[in-house]
Amino acid sequence: MSDKPQHTITIWFFVGVLFVAYGVLILGAGIYGLFVPPDVEMKELHLSLWWGALLLGIGAFYTVRFRPRRE
Amino acid sequence: MNAPLLFAEAAGKSMIAVSWVDMAIIVLYFVLVLGIGVYLKRFTKTGEDFFLAGRGMTAWVAGLAFISTNLGSQETIGYSSSTYQHGMLMNHAYWIGAIPAIVFLALVMMPFYHICRTHSVPGYLKLRYGEAARGLSGISFLFLTVFMSGINMFAMAKIMELILGWDLNFSIWVASLTVGVYVMLGGLLSAIFNEVLQFFLIWFGFLMIPIVGLIETKGWHGMVERIQANIPQIHPDVSAKAADFISMWGSMGDAGTNPAGMHWAAIVFGWGLAISFGYWTTDFLVVQRVLSAKDLPSAQNGTIIGGFFKMAVPLIVILPGLLALAVLTNPDGSPMRLVPENDPAVAQGAYSYNCVLPLLLKRYCGPGLLGLGITSLIAGFMSGMAGNISAFATVWTYDVYKPLLNRNASDKHYVTMGRACAMLGIVISIGAAYACLRFQTIMALSQLLFVMFIVPLFVPIVLGMLWKRTTPAAAFLGLLIGILVCLGMFVFVHWTPGESFLGLPGAFDVDHFNRQHVKFITFSPDTKDIPTNVWMAVWTFLTTVVVTVGVSFVTRPKPASELKNLVFGETQIPSTAHLPLLKRPVFWGFVLLAVCVVLNIIFW
Repeated sequence: MSDKPQHTITIWFFVGVLFVAYGVLILGAGIYGLFVPPDVEMKELHLSLWWGALLLGIGAFYTVRFRPRRE
Repeated sequence: MNAPLLFAEAAGKSMIAVSWVDMAIIVLYFVLVLGIGVYLKRFTKTGEDFFLAGRGMTAWVAGLAFISTNLGSQETIGYSSSTYQHGMLMNHAYWIGAIPAIVFLALVMMPFYHICRTHSVPGYLKLRYGEAARGLSGISFLFLTVFMSGINMFAMAKIMELILGWDLNFSIWVASLTVGVYVMLGGLLSAIFNEVLQFFLIWFGFLMIPIVGLIETKGWHGMVERIQANIPQIHPDVSAKAADFISMWGSMGDAGTNPAGMHWAAIVFGWGLAISFGYWTTDFLVVQRVLSAKDLPSAQNGTIIGGFFKMAVPLIVILPGLLALAVLTNPDGSPMRLVPENDPAVAQGAYSYNCVLPLLLKRYCGPGLLGLGITSLIAGFMSGMAGNISAFATVWTYDVYKPLLNRNASDKHYVTMGRACAMLGIVISIGAAYACLRFQTIMALSQLLFVMFIVPLFVPIVLGMLWKRTTPAAAFLGLLIGILVCLGMFVFVHWTPGESFLGLPGAFDVDHFNRQHVKFITFSPDTKDIPTNVWMAVWTFLTTVVVTVGVSFVTRPKPASELKNLVFGETQIPSTAHLPLLKRPVFWGFVLLAVCVVLNIIFW
């Protein structure tokens, strides 16, 4: 059984969906952190903000690129 | 091979406080993996589907699952902790201890595994040597898989108790039932999907640590300067002569000039040959992933793709261990000194070596990112369980149940047996997890069991593929005597002779090494536990080679007509000459080796 032709949903789509959800949550936490900085080292880097954006971007790409299509 | 993890009782409070965002991230992961299991059930109707994912995986999926099976949380937590103790030497587990064996699997052994259409590694032994060798390796493998699954469960529960304050029973039951359900529903396909998911989670859950850590230390050289300044306070027991935590090969000329007490010969022959080739080429847990590939080039390229990612794993495992030596500080600004897991200070609230990654997560990650890091740890443990359980179901059904108990059942019956086995494996693993509570050094023991059962397996398999003269009797005896010799060495180094006649029975204590006996195995009474296991692997390997080759010369080999598609010279290996250069496994195999050599030179 191929991971692509016979499965209407591929593993890459699942990865994309999870990363979109995680990206939204972490980016949201990062935006909140701009106003209420978290108690961590190197907080001036705003790690949550750009890591959340990265996850969201990768997740969106995978979700769209590998979205289920009618066969 | 996994480094030892030892856990003490939690100090009664959690290390990290999680927010609702973190909890949402953890819950989302559980929902998704269960959803994937339910979704995939419809695609796993035949034995081929359930046990080998239909042999339809692309090179990328097979390759990521192949490497992800090995990249569990025991690996990430274990090796970051070992690096904190022994420095860059632990990187040998990756570059010399994995890459050559992965290339060998892809280019030399994979054609035989794939062409003979075996369901499992013990299945190859059956085709090549008959039932005796298959039975011995199958039963030892079943024992190893449920034990390792139990270890994963136990380790996850202890880590969650330590860093989050979660109840041990809650972690064990929630994780094991989740894994049991999704493997039962989707078989290997489900395990592979979750391993690919885990691969992404581990990389994106930990990669920010080395990035931010190197920014904080102002680069590699800044980190090295801080480590050199901190070492006398962090590791006061390591002499100045041995306090080289940055070199990989430069300090290996003498066991007394590096923090682990290692010698280059143990690394090359023990880690680079015996353990590495045993694990990467014959441990069915990893080989099963690439056997699921749709064709031979996909299986070979998938293996090599996995090799490239394996070469990069030190970024998220070794580098955090080094960064912990450089940046972790006490509230007064002095370097934080982590202690061994069995140190009494742990019970008083001191952090152990195993806390390296959680402490770095806590240092750099705010709400959300912390949840991602914790989810990565959970995913790593659960994936480790799932891999072992799916391999357990396959080996039990095809290598024990079918040949020995019920030879003529329908394919549907074997699939039902496989699903039942997934749950049975989980139940036995839960028992193993609770049994772990009784032993202080259970993780070191698991490492040794691996050396005992997997290292001897490599010899009859590789000789079986490359040397027609290897006989069934030789393979069985080589495997059996290799296992017994390793068991004997294990007893010997932990045994202190008594006062009675011939010093028997004396005392046996797995928590205590008899240094006078260790000297016979490792040439030095001061060798630590990991190098001692490495030396045992060397002797186990050599014993198996001598027995297998020796017995082959005095027993009757199988006729060539019975060796078709099993042995070099009797197997038509498809040529890849028609493929473009960039799609040829041989080309990428040599690129992988070349990059590995360059990295070893850079970090010499």
